[in-house]
Order: sequence, then structure tokens, then C-alpha cells
Amino acid sequence: MSSPHIDNPEVTFHPDHSGGTGKIWKIFWVLSFLTIIELALGYFLYAKNGELGYVAVLSTKCAIAILTLAKAYYIVSVFMHLGDEIRNFIMTIVVPLVLFVWFIIAFLADGNSWKNLRNTNAGSTSNQIEQVHTEGTENK
Amino acid sequence: MSSAAIPSGTKWWSGGKSPFNVNYGKVMMWYFLMSDAFTFGAFLISYGTIRFSVNHWADPNHVFNSFPFAGHANLPLAFVSLMTFILIFSSVTMVLAVHEGHQMNRKGVEKFMIMTIIGGLAFLGCQAWEWTHLLTGEHVALLTDGTLGVIPTTVKMNPWGAELEHGTMMAALQKTSHEGLVAIASTLHHGAESAHHNLSELTNQELISQISASGLHATHSGPIAFGGYFFGITGFHGFHVFSGVIINIVMYIKTKLGHFDQRGHYEMIEKAGLYWHFVDLVWVFVFLCFYLV
Repeated sequence: MSSPHIDNPEVTFHPDHSGGTGKIWKIFWVLSFLTIIELALGYFLYAKNGELGYVAVLSTKCAIAILTLAKAYYIVSVFMHLGDEIRNFIMTIVVPLVLFVWFIIAFLADGNSWKNLRNTNAGSTSNQIEQVHTEGTENK
Repeated sequence: MSSAAIPSGTKWWSGGKSPFNVNYGKVMMWYFLMSDAFTFGAFLISYGTIRFSVNHWADPNHVFNSFPFAGHANLPLAFVSLMTFILIFSSVTMVLAVHEGHQMNRKGVEKFMIMTIIGGLAFLGCQAWEWTHLLTGEHVALLTDGTLGVIPTTVKMNPWGAELEHGTMMAALQKTSHEGLVAIASTLHHGAESAHHNLSELTNQELISQISASGLHATHSGPIAFGGYFFGITGFHGFHVFSGVIINIVMYIKTKLGHFDQRGHYEMIEKAGLYWHFVDLVWVFVFLCFYLV
């Protein structure tokens, strides 16, 4: 126990802060590296704009999203020291965030369904369909 | 940094000690940040819903392709990369300040807090430049009344729709007023004063032939929600950066005055650090949603 500690009743076991800054710099390089890969993939999407199929674009975007989640993990776990806390506390933060899984899937699916309705004749008068179709082709 | 040995089989829930092993103030900072994560999450997911619901969305590589002092050079991703690295680096200096705090090294904390504050101000400066650039930008787009106009990116309109076909553009030019044509023609000259003066003396047909000879690229007006989401979400994030800088300045002054040495610990630096890292964390997702995909 090299560093002084706060006398408070909430902390039973004090974390050891005697380590050096090596890990901090390592995570800095990891974050930079992940960002550079993200930018490379982003540039790839830009350079190949219009040449890639739907699946290729979607999987590249998913890859970028996964790299972003990896960055978020390193920031929270190491920079915010959540990884050094005990399991009880980690869970009280992480478990509520699981709501995001439903949140993202449900609302993106809703947006997608909205687009499908926009491009089909679901419940519209024939006059409206014509308008939507010309709009759709102009934009594509 | 590994945890000090916690005896295996410690009964956290049997009373007599906190089951979280964390100071009250830090627990509350975490819960605040968690609720803030839901606020940002809801904003970004709502943006995603609207974006998924339309056939055409603004292409970030066209919207964000400029760099200060680079004129009209096409540099997609460049400026936002700079902003991202500024924020990552200021996150590193913040965690180094927390580390110095653990060692009770006041000079070290002061040094890294100053660096973190400078990083935050640099980020805000970049954002101010980007907003100004978008709000004062001049792009030719098809307006709702069927004419062409020079419009910036605001919460009410933006020029980031699909490219206009040549025929549609020429038809729209015929309908555009004299003032409108002069404004469009003057964007071709990039603001040379003498050119402006002469342009207003030309007839509509002369202006139209000049514009069409220049190979002007006009667009449909963009998805109306784009500006509101972009300025709303980056503005809310920028406000977090701003308040983070204020908190960091207060922490720097308190460090300088020796308050934390008197108190015997630098835990306030840790709490300010949590907030600052959260700001970086949110940017990682804003970067993903607005600039990369």
C-alpha cells in the first residue's frame, strides 16, 4: 500500500495504485490504433462509394461499430478504472446498459419499417404512391 | 493496476461494509454518468431511426470534407480525425493526472490538469470552426419552390441531398430569379469583389449560360432532420466538453491552493476524471454515428 487513503467507511479494501504509467500509455496506443483502423475503413467506404454491394457496405459499417465498442471497453475499463472495481459494482453499472440492446434493435427496425412503408403502397391513395415513387427514384 | 488482495469468499452482502467497496461520491458520479449515457443513447438512437426511415441521407464524406486554411481542398475524415485524437490525448493526460494524484504529487497533478484543460479548449475550438464552416457554407441546392438557391447547413435546411441531374438543374435555373442567379454565379468566383459587381449587370440568360458552362454541381435539398440532429447532438456533447473544462479548471485551482493535500487525498481529481473520460466516451459514439458510417 504505497499511496495514502481516504478514511471512509464505504471502502473496505483499498485498490493498489503503486503501479507505473505503462498500462495507460499502452491503452493510448491501442485506442489510437483502433481509431486509425476505423478511419481506414471509413476511407475505404468513401473511396469505393457506389462500387460496393449492400452486404459489403453493411459489414464494413458493422466492423467499424465493433471497433467503437472495443474503444468504449478500453476507456471505461482502464481510463475510468471500472475494471479495478469489485464485481458487485461493475454489475450495477453494466447490467442496466443491457437495455441498449433492445433499444437499438427495436428503434432501428422501426425506422427501417417506416422506410419500407414509405416506398410501398401500404394504406396510401394512388396519388400519394406516385409522389413517393418519383421521390424515391430521384434520390437513388 | 491490480486490486489489492481481497480475501476470497468475502461476504459483501452480510452487513458491516459497503457491498460496492466504492466511496459514495464516486458511486453517485457513476450513476449520473449512466443516466447521461441513456440521454445520449436516446438522442443517437432517435437519429438512427430517422436516418433508417428515409431513402437518402447526407453523406458525411461530402458534409465534413474541409480543413481550416485548406481552402476548398476535398479532405474527408481529416478534421474529425484531428478532433478525435485531441480528445483521446486529453483523456490520457487526465488519467495521468489521476495517477499523479494517487502518488500525492501535486506538481504532477497540476501539469497534467493544465494539459487536459488545453486539450478540451482545443477540441471546443475545432468544434466552433466546424459549426461556423457549416452555418456559413454556400452550396447550391434545389429549393422547395423549384428554384435553385445558395444555402448553408442549419437546423432548417441543408444542401446534402442527392446530386441533381443536369436536365432538372437547367429547368430549375430557368425558374430562378435574377438575384438568385447572381448569388449562384458569384459562388463560382469564390467571392472576388469585382466579379460580383459585373454579375448583377448580366441578363438572366447570360448568367445561366455562365453557370452551366462552369459545370456547377447542384444537389437536392437534404434530409430536413440532419441539421437538427447534427447541431443538437454535437452541441449537447460540446456543452459537456465545456462544463468538463470548467470542472477541470476548478480542480486545477483547488490543486494549486493545496486543498487536496490538506484533505490527504486527490479523490476529487478521480471524480472529475470520470466525467472527462465519459465525454471522450460519448465522442467515440458521436464520431461513429455522424462521421464514419
